[in-house]
Amino acid sequence: MSVIRALKTLSLYELVRGFALTLTYLFKRRATLNYPYEKGPISPRFRGEHALRRYDNGEERCIACKLCEAVCPAQAITIEAAPRADGARKTTRYDIDMTKCIFCGLCQEACPVQAIVEGPNFEFGTETREELYFTKERLLSNGDRWSDEIDANLEADVKGPGTKLNEG
Amino acid sequence: MKELFLDTIWPFVWPLMWIAIKILCIILPLLGAVAYLTYAERRVLAAMQLRRGPNVTGPFGLLQPIADGVKLLGKETVLPTQSNKVVFLLAPILAFFFALVAWAVIPFQAGLVLADINVGLLFLVAISSLSVYSIVFAGWSSNSKYSFLGGIRSAAQMVSYEVCTGLVLVTVLLRVGSLNLSAIVDAQRDGWFAFGLLTPMFVVYLIAMLAETNRHPFDLPEGESELVGGFHTEYSSMAFAMFFLGEYSNMILLSAISTILFWGGWLPPFEALDFIPGIFWFLGKTAASLFFFLWVRATLPRYRYDQLMRIGWKVLMPLCLVWVVVTAGYLVAFDKLPH
Repeated sequence: MSVIRALKTLSLYELVRGFALTLTYLFKRRATLNYPYEKGPISPRFRGEHALRRYDNGEERCIACKLCEAVCPAQAITIEAAPRADGARKTTRYDIDMTKCIFCGLCQEACPVQAIVEGPNFEFGTETREELYFTKERLLSNGDRWSDEIDANLEADVKGPGTKLNEG
Repeated sequence: MKELFLDTIWPFVWPLMWIAIKILCIILPLLGAVAYLTYAERRVLAAMQLRRGPNVTGPFGLLQPIADGVKLLGKETVLPTQSNKVVFLLAPILAFFFALVAWAVIPFQAGLVLADINVGLLFLVAISSLSVYSIVFAGWSSNSKYSFLGGIRSAAQMVSYEVCTGLVLVTVLLRVGSLNLSAIVDAQRDGWFAFGLLTPMFVVYLIAMLAETNRHPFDLPEGESELVGGFHTEYSSMAFAMFFLGEYSNMILLSAISTILFWGGWLPPFEALDFIPGIFWFLGKTAASLFFFLWVRATLPRYRYDQLMRIGWKVLMPLCLVWVVVTAGYLVAFDKLPH
């Protein structure tokens, strides 16, 4: 037994086996994605960049109930509200400080009209902090830009048959 | 005045320029090779770890070394206030200098060598011993405990493994009977030294080569986990780049030496392949040896310092000593000493 062991040690058997293993790995398929050009699949429930949604007729959904502001654990949301000319209660200010946001998704869960949602976009890095203080305009334009994806994701995430999402 | 110029100075101008041109012909490709060695290292490591490595800058990421170099040059050279400025700046220059000057005696092909001196092997040993100084200087002059410890480690490590390397060279010397590197290659026409009597010495040389260049798994002088960056912790910008270039051209140098000593230098593996110029064989073998460096890095974890010393002094040293005796005894007993 010890002779075999001595032979193994002298012939660097373990080393040779290790080297052979790493050499086979050289020719294996890559495990990583070529990120900017390939992207991994994301869940319909993915919590990415925030967006404010609109109804089909273009009216913004948010009714300024401030539930999201209240529930936000990072206190990243700031809302000011006033009655509009037609008497509807709407926000005059809806800011999300994305540097504070922890992407927990409580705002979209709290929202009674599914106005604030977290979309599938996660590539919104900026070069300055100021660009990460999202205003109402920015959030609404996010909603417009990603509306197809957001709608599809919400549809995919609906539990149970017969539930409609986009009814007025 | 004109007479003086024509008679005494002018005859030396052209030979000097010719030497300078030859030096440039070695150094410029060498620097290019260093740059692309870093690229190859990142790609090979990535491939062995099932990653991709740099592949965005230029086709297949081939411009990455240039981007890295430009980035490094744009950085500020930080001189620590407590450091000894002269030695601090001298160290990277020495590191770079010693890594380049050894190339003077490397034969790329039969007759294609800058200085075909008869003590080529001794010259290489001398230069590689001197290159310890650059690291000791860097470690001491930085006036930082991490640099200091890294420098000390490096000095002890390189000196220890130089003993083994020296004994390995002695066995090669016994078989060739000459210190001239071209002669060493020519002596391998009947069979490369990597196969046969000197195979164990070749393995020892490979291990010592890793330790001499402070490469994985013996990269303790810059062991990140305990010494931040080791002897080059305090260096930045061009000074750091000099160490970096020095380390990588040292890798290429030792690969070239192992090619010359054990893999038959510019000789083709079969007589039939003689039509390919020798320099391609030489470069190909050197590249294969360089691949070994990267392969080791992808395979082995770093040794502990006492393990490193134990391998050097208690395993490799006795083995080398025994093998010097065995080689000498074999050559004398079978009357195979070179004449």
